[in-house]
Amino acid sequence: MSNLYIELTNFTEWLLGLVAALLDWTKLGFLSDFGEWLQTAPVVDFVSTLLVAVIFLITAMMFGLCFIWQERKFLGRFMDRRGTQVGFLGFFQNFADGIKVVLKEHIVPKDSDHRLFELAIFAYLASTFMLFGCIPFSDNFYVINVNLAVLLGVAIFAFGPFSILIGGWSSNNKFTLIGGMRAAAQLIALEIPLLLCIVAVVVLTGDLSFVGVVTWQEENIWLIVPLCIGALTFFIAAIGESERIPFDLPEAEAELVEGWATEYGDVRWGLQMASDYFRAYILSGLFTMLFLGGWAGPEFIWAEAWYLGKTFVVFFFFIWVRAATVRIRTDQILKLGWRRLLPMAVINLLIAVALKVAGVF
Amino acid sequence: MSQVIVYDTPDRSVEDLANDLKAKFPAVEVLKAAPKRLHLQVPRDISFEVCEFMKEGLNFEHCSCVTTVDYMDHFTVVFHLSSWTNHILSEVLVDLPRDDPTVDSITPLWGGANWHEREAYDLMGIVFKGHPDLRRIMMPEEFRFHPLRKDFIVGRRV
Amino acid sequence: MPSDEMWINMGPQHPFNHGLWNLRVKLKGETITQAEPIIGYLHRGWEKMVENRTYSQIVPLADRLCYGSSLSWNHLYCLTAERLFGIEAPDRAKYIRVAVLELQRITSHLTWLMAVGTDLGSYTIMTWSIRERELFLDLLCKLSGARMTYNYCRIGGVRTDLPENYERDVLRVLDEFEKRLRDLESLMDENEPFLMRTVGIGKIDGRTAMNLGLTGPIMRASGVDMDLRKLDPYEVYADMNFEVCTHTDGDVYARYRVRMDEMRESMKIVRQALAAVPSGPIRVKVPRCPPKGNVVCHVEDPRGESLMYMVSDGTERPYRLKVRSPNFVNLSASPPMLVGFKISDVPAIMGVMDMCIGETDR
Repeated sequence: MSNLYIELTNFTEWLLGLVAALLDWTKLGFLSDFGEWLQTAPVVDFVSTLLVAVIFLITAMMFGLCFIWQERKFLGRFMDRRGTQVGFLGFFQNFADGIKVVLKEHIVPKDSDHRLFELAIFAYLASTFMLFGCIPFSDNFYVINVNLAVLLGVAIFAFGPFSILIGGWSSNNKFTLIGGMRAAAQLIALEIPLLLCIVAVVVLTGDLSFVGVVTWQEENIWLIVPLCIGALTFFIAAIGESERIPFDLPEAEAELVEGWATEYGDVRWGLQMASDYFRAYILSGLFTMLFLGGWAGPEFIWAEAWYLGKTFVVFFFFIWVRAATVRIRTDQILKLGWRRLLPMAVINLLIAVALKVAGVF
Repeated sequence: MSQVIVYDTPDRSVEDLANDLKAKFPAVEVLKAAPKRLHLQVPRDISFEVCEFMKEGLNFEHCSCVTTVDYMDHFTVVFHLSSWTNHILSEVLVDLPRDDPTVDSITPLWGGANWHEREAYDLMGIVFKGHPDLRRIMMPEEFRFHPLRKDFIVGRRV
Repeated sequence: MPSDEMWINMGPQHPFNHGLWNLRVKLKGETITQAEPIIGYLHRGWEKMVENRTYSQIVPLADRLCYGSSLSWNHLYCLTAERLFGIEAPDRAKYIRVAVLELQRITSHLTWLMAVGTDLGSYTIMTWSIRERELFLDLLCKLSGARMTYNYCRIGGVRTDLPENYERDVLRVLDEFEKRLRDLESLMDENEPFLMRTVGIGKIDGRTAMNLGLTGPIMRASGVDMDLRKLDPYEVYADMNFEVCTHTDGDVYARYRVRMDEMRESMKIVRQALAAVPSGPIRVKVPRCPPKGNVVCHVEDPRGESLMYMVSDGTERPYRLKVRSPNFVNLSASPPMLVGFKISDVPAIMGVMDMCIGETDR
């Protein structure tokens, strides 16, 4: 149980007690019974879990928005300009964009498949938000500590290509179809090296939960040192999975306008753009947990701050790569994925197995 | 490819080329033979042969431009051909009667003349025989007039 | 992907189109089997319009032919008109014109680089080239008062004399630009993804290029050493000492490399021209009506060979004024460069051709 959960259970008990007392005050029989039922353990559990999830989601989304702000500012500085200026240090720009996007009209193309059109984008967004639940900020601040969190995270991430394909096809547009196909091919190709790097980490740590991996790194050594090849492969595959330049051909504005999500206009587009950044944030978070020791660090600042700080640094490298390189073609991305990243990931796995067998760790 | 094609000094002089042309095609009239300029007046029926000779025999590798002028009683098609080997820009004038504005196309010789001839057809109405794809380029396909002709008055409702 | 072929319209409204034109490509999977550029969306009837204007009224109109490198068209028109009238600009005007034309060439190439950056997806290249371009636009603005259509040359000379301390300012800008050009080049030459997108793409060989009418940096990138500033010198280019930049590969990288080298050569020419400017008048008087006759004049535009053919019937308005724009022919010659490559290569190939639809459609 996380500290967050314990704190919130206490709070929920107090809150539900208050509600029950109010209901009791009305002196109506069935309301008092309802109030008593509210105070039973399963209901308290359910409400507190719900609150934990909501609070965690909002916190994670806030930090995700911070990443968007970070990208805009740093990318601006790389290009010799200032980035966003609205609000304190330009932080309010994201909220302004969000408010604008919410106020737009919902347009569905006439000849598109309406149900699939709506479904695809919601599936994409749902998979992104589900991922927030898997990734803890520290060993005290998480929604749930799943034993198989790492695997679960990557599995939910792999749901992306399905929704992209469905979205691209259902928009009834040649360009979105091409964009969807390209995106699916790219994501599937780049998932394999990603998974192999994670397997190498698991071989060494012997634990598939994030808390376990970070604890192992706290006790031994940050995994970026023995598994440097794997870290590099994971880094490149992560940039590809989050569809950033140099791997952003699926949404190459220069040719295909916006790729698979061209026809989505309003809140759906806004959330899709945001969720692209959230996915990049999740991948940076994964990198931090798997290779950089997660929330491990000296005690003078919170563990959560260590985790977020390290993720910010990893994301800074994501931004640096984006600023410096150009987009490469789909067949070149696929060649890179299958011919370079895959062998590197396999070599990394062999190193991990060798280290484990040799008893170093 | 690994070599560079260089044009530094001219191979032959303008007078040389003019004499060659006159020797082969007596009907051609040399209007001007100045340094780096050679202006010719060529009758319509031998225009393609003259251009072919200029390309193969006199090393005119590049067609700079194909243009047309509407003198009220006749058209003139002007081919601007460049010989980089000899450092010459040549102007070949071909007169066409107003009621029969056809001339042989030089696109089979120089691909660069393709769109110029299409534009001349579109805007002036000159038909280039032997052009691979003669259709309108600037105006919409269904436009019925040739705007650059002198009898097309701008501002009139079409 | 379905295995039958499909036609795709890239344009006329498309984020990568610089200007308003359409490119129809026939795709088999992702490979292009046929390509056909379609123009005419920006046809303004320039050639018909100028038949109704006097010679001096056409000077600012020539600027608007290609708004990306407007000074070279302005100058071409003035040069052609001067040949028709049988006058010559004074020496001071000639040297000033050469210096300013080369500054315009650098600006035009930087605009091209910005377009290449956006097409390939690197906004860093875009913002850095625009930043360098601002230095030159400030210089040209100080000289002529405008940032885009300068309207600086006149028939018979230039409009105003060089402002105070202009030479000092230009040399400062050139020194600063030289340093920054090295940075800009290393951003692309040492950038592996950039090389992956440009080396070996869109090849065309020298003889085909010459026959198809390609001129300018594209032809020079295919190994043909021809520059009209050396072949048929105009103004005072015969006195200038510079190299013609060529490259032998004929692909997109070669064309990029040729233009970067050309920027360096232009800087050399500007320095020489400004050092050698003689004193004297900057303009001569021009009669109202030229003698009857026709004249042709061609120059080396940043995009290739541009040519003007002027026919006069003795009145104060031209009888016929034909403009040969290099982009018109370069675009017509683009299908052989596209066939066989992937659709993702289209922005790279067309972007590096420096499209300016203003002069293509006129």
